[in-house]
Amino acid sequence: MELTGKTHKFGDDINTDYIISGRYKFKTLDMSELAQHIFEDIDPDFSKKIGPGDFIVAGNNFGCGSSREQAVLALKYAKIGAIIAKSFARIFFRNGINVGLVLIEANTDSISQNDILRIDLAEGKIFNEAKKEIIQIRPLPDFLLKIINEGGVANYLKKYRDFQI
Amino acid sequence: MGQTIAEKILSSHAGKPVFAGEICVARVDFLMAQDGTAPLVIRAFEELNGDRIFDPEKICFVFDHSAPSPNMGVSALHKLMRDFVRKYGIKKTEIGEGVCHVLMPEKGFLRPGQLVLGADSHTPTYGAMNLMACGVGSTDLAIAMLTGKQWFKVPHTTKIVFYGKLNRGVFAKDMGLLMVKTLTARGAVYQSVEITGEATGRISMDGRFTIANLVTEIGGKNCVMEYDEKTENYIRTFAGDEKINPVFADKDASYSNEIEMDVSKLEPLVAKPHTVDNVCEVEEVRGTKINQAFIGTCTNGRIEDLAVAAKILKGRKVHSDVRAIITPGSRKIYLEAMKKGYIKIFMESGCCVTNPGCGPCVGTHQGVPSDGEVVISTANRNFKGRMGNPQAFIYLASPATVAASAVKGEISDPREFL
Repeated sequence: MELTGKTHKFGDDINTDYIISGRYKFKTLDMSELAQHIFEDIDPDFSKKIGPGDFIVAGNNFGCGSSREQAVLALKYAKIGAIIAKSFARIFFRNGINVGLVLIEANTDSISQNDILRIDLAEGKIFNEAKKEIIQIRPLPDFLLKIINEGGVANYLKKYRDFQI
Repeated sequence: MGQTIAEKILSSHAGKPVFAGEICVARVDFLMAQDGTAPLVIRAFEELNGDRIFDPEKICFVFDHSAPSPNMGVSALHKLMRDFVRKYGIKKTEIGEGVCHVLMPEKGFLRPGQLVLGADSHTPTYGAMNLMACGVGSTDLAIAMLTGKQWFKVPHTTKIVFYGKLNRGVFAKDMGLLMVKTLTARGAVYQSVEITGEATGRISMDGRFTIANLVTEIGGKNCVMEYDEKTENYIRTFAGDEKINPVFADKDASYSNEIEMDVSKLEPLVAKPHTVDNVCEVEEVRGTKINQAFIGTCTNGRIEDLAVAAKILKGRKVHSDVRAIITPGSRKIYLEAMKKGYIKIFMESGCCVTNPGCGPCVGTHQGVPSDGEVVISTANRNFKGRMGNPQAFIYLASPATVAASAVKGEISDPREFL
């Protein structure tokens, strides 16, 4: 799978309240509506700045805080192409994989705001062509790759009926 | 090879010995979802073509985050949950019964050695009962509801040893904030956190739940506390003479990190806006004017928390510039607080006592601050926007510090009143 997109850069410890505030998430299951409010508390116009397939780039512990699956779903419905972070918080990581959001662990230090990246998931590399840089992706266990390849855990379980470990 | 408590619990539930770093499938003993996450659990359950529950007795839906419903959107989601509860015969706790992480232990649903999942990030709270409880998202909970199992990455373990004797005016919450300050928001990401030491042994079960609750704020997958006589006495209150199976770490268990923390010189602590690990001694922020004080939540809504607040508020008035909100953690706690006269003290001092539940902690109702306002709260999170307004400033502290601050109208040292 190959992805190309523009970056939106954040720092460390971006929590789920910042991704989607609790004041929206408790009253609706309409994820397209939630998608319009992502990152609103730290960047009020964020949802207007993004295009389909854009990448979120962050430091350590992305997605810490609440277990709300609305956080990963709102990003998915906002058509975020992938999230590239140095590390992810545990529940966010599981949620992301479960709903088929592309999560990539890599060193993001050299990536800047508005860079154009090409990601080759099969090869495990991020290409930053303007900067002539290649960044290695930390590989995922095969078991999780299978879930991602099926587009999420629901499809995976429909196909395999049980966890294949 | 020796095992940590997390390795032992996952091994017993996977049906084979497993060690840190492995991925395994394990059966689960109990599941919980609350009104912020259960609607998506139901949707995921349907997406999985779910048509049965592995064991309806082992699942509880809790109405606590926005309860009673403050608007039509929440009402529709609450109805969706109630319809599901009726259809599948699972357990529920209704509005006003209390906050999930107080209720699941209190109702006697849990036992030492169990593997528990909750669709709520503060699920590690139950680890105070010597069990393994992890927070998960809605899809993960739906899968466990359907199949009775889930996949787990066996976590590495961080061991925390609290030692020394707490001084007057310093509480379990301060120990918890010390832990968050020391380890930071990502100090234990994906780790199991074993908590032990003589200082842990000295604090009550209420205090242990407070500390276990804060393990979420260092990124922990779960918390598990050492089993002792206090745990035993607590479990016996609802388990009677049933056989209990506590889990102890092997002497040669392997830890990725071991941290000792001396609490004997600990001062009352405060987490400043906007992160939980932004912790300082109360002295540094003493005098900061406040607009709202809040005592309650899954961190500090237990009877011991209300007792110390009542001790400080007795015969005193909440400052005229402050709204003080008190939310007992459960109906049982509310009733006990009534019996002991705490509720009368709160009312006479000018506090607003709400129904048991999450109260204003998560920003949906019951006390959303205005722009620029300062709140001091006993909760576990002070993220920007947490209480419903990104322009507000939230400080976190012990119930004693919050009660003292409510009286003085500014962040205050509780030792003045104790």
